[in-house]
Amino acid sequence: MTVHMQKEIENLKSKLLTLCAAVEKSLCLAVQSVRERDAALAKSVIDDDVHIDQTEIDVEEECLKILALHQPVAIDLRFIVTALKINNDLERIGDLAVNIAERSEFLAGQEPISVPFDFDAMAEKTQWMVTESLDSLVDMDCKRAHQVCAADDEVDALNRKMYKQVEATIVAHPRWTRGLLHLLSVSRHLERIADHATNIAEDVIYMVEGRIVRHKAEDYKSQS
Amino acid sequence: MVTWKNNGLSETKIHVSNLDFYYGITQALFDITMDIPSQRVTALIGPSGCGKSTFLRALNRMNDIIDGTRITGHVLIDDEDIYGSSADVVRLRKRVGMVFQKSNPFPKSLFDNVAYGPRTHGIKNHKQLSEIVERSLRRAALWDEVKDRLSVSAMDLSGGQQQRLCIARALAIEPEILLMDEPASALDPKATAKIEDLIDQLSDDYTIVIVTHNMQQAARVSDVTAFFYEGHLIEMGQTEQIFTKPQQKGTEDYITGRFG
Repeated sequence: MTVHMQKEIENLKSKLLTLCAAVEKSLCLAVQSVRERDAALAKSVIDDDVHIDQTEIDVEEECLKILALHQPVAIDLRFIVTALKINNDLERIGDLAVNIAERSEFLAGQEPISVPFDFDAMAEKTQWMVTESLDSLVDMDCKRAHQVCAADDEVDALNRKMYKQVEATIVAHPRWTRGLLHLLSVSRHLERIADHATNIAEDVIYMVEGRIVRHKAEDYKSQS
Repeated sequence: MVTWKNNGLSETKIHVSNLDFYYGITQALFDITMDIPSQRVTALIGPSGCGKSTFLRALNRMNDIIDGTRITGHVLIDDEDIYGSSADVVRLRKRVGMVFQKSNPFPKSLFDNVAYGPRTHGIKNHKQLSEIVERSLRRAALWDEVKDRLSVSAMDLSGGQQQRLCIARALAIEPEILLMDEPASALDPKATAKIEDLIDQLSDDYTIVIVTHNMQQAARVSDVTAFFYEGHLIEMGQTEQIFTKPQQKGTEDYITGRFG
């Protein structure tokens, strides 16, 4: 690899890591705002999304520049393609964190709702998946990436459980209906975030091993 | 030892097995075994001095003319050993055409350049020669540019046109295999693109083996890529696989520019 391209790739990695950190923070604060019923915190998540959007554009432009100027091959090509895809997933996670924050703003203004549902467990599992997928990217660690893929089913199951519990609570306490629907949305957003974390992990496996594992759930379950 | 079988890609045109080559006491190729697929483009890549040009020249016995060289192993073209005791080198050179890095037209007219080979093989009839010249120039994508000036000197053509003239000259003797040793390295991007388009068209009918230092060119024009290093065949595979997920670290390091 030429020194010039080495510098460009290091620069891209640095921008991508900045985006990773911003998205992780946004998700963490959005979840915290729901848990603590903190509308101001939720608003800060919404306001800061503009920086995530700008970084996503910067990363994409860096990728396109390297493709056009250096025509990378093999591991370098796989890294650029992976960076482009992960960039997209990170931006979507950022948007979903904003969606959670918007629900949080509404819920903070309502009377507290009691749902027999372990919101913290679902949020923690989702955040773990995001963090772990990004760590697997940094460390180029396929084992951890496989573990993230396998964990997606757990979050899916928690989301289904949430649906049933919200349904039952609406029947029991109809006056909470609006708030419960917002809570259900939060659960749905977390489930979508876990899907994006899974995408990231699958892309890491492609980058390291050159093997596409998407749509092959059994494949990564057996390796995790 | 790396052995590559062209699994299902197409029939094997050239089968090389356990090929060793020596310049005097210096061994330049080590135990090369590979199948070169028929009517496909096979690119040979690797750093300078890795043996790729020596290997290319071994496919039509061009190394024979260098004093002190020695070869062991087998090169079979359609099951016929070109180094066998009954091999006919003149017939071999008719079956295997070659195009070099630097275009080398004869200081003759365009017509005589292309007609040279057929004349050497005994064709004297002008009408027949004219047909061969037109067909060869058309195949080399040069006919439209020169059809009205076939009597001018080949030296009056541009570099890119001279190289296509040399390809036409190689095609005139109706070879089955075309060996190309960096055929576009001295050409500008436009002339290079024409040669690459031509290689693509010719691969429908000919088995092409090309040596190139230009990695992007190997990726663009070839179906199969073989990576040589220090006289060894390190890896060979479908070009798409070599340039997206090479199996050997040495190949990856070379094509990504991490060494060499």
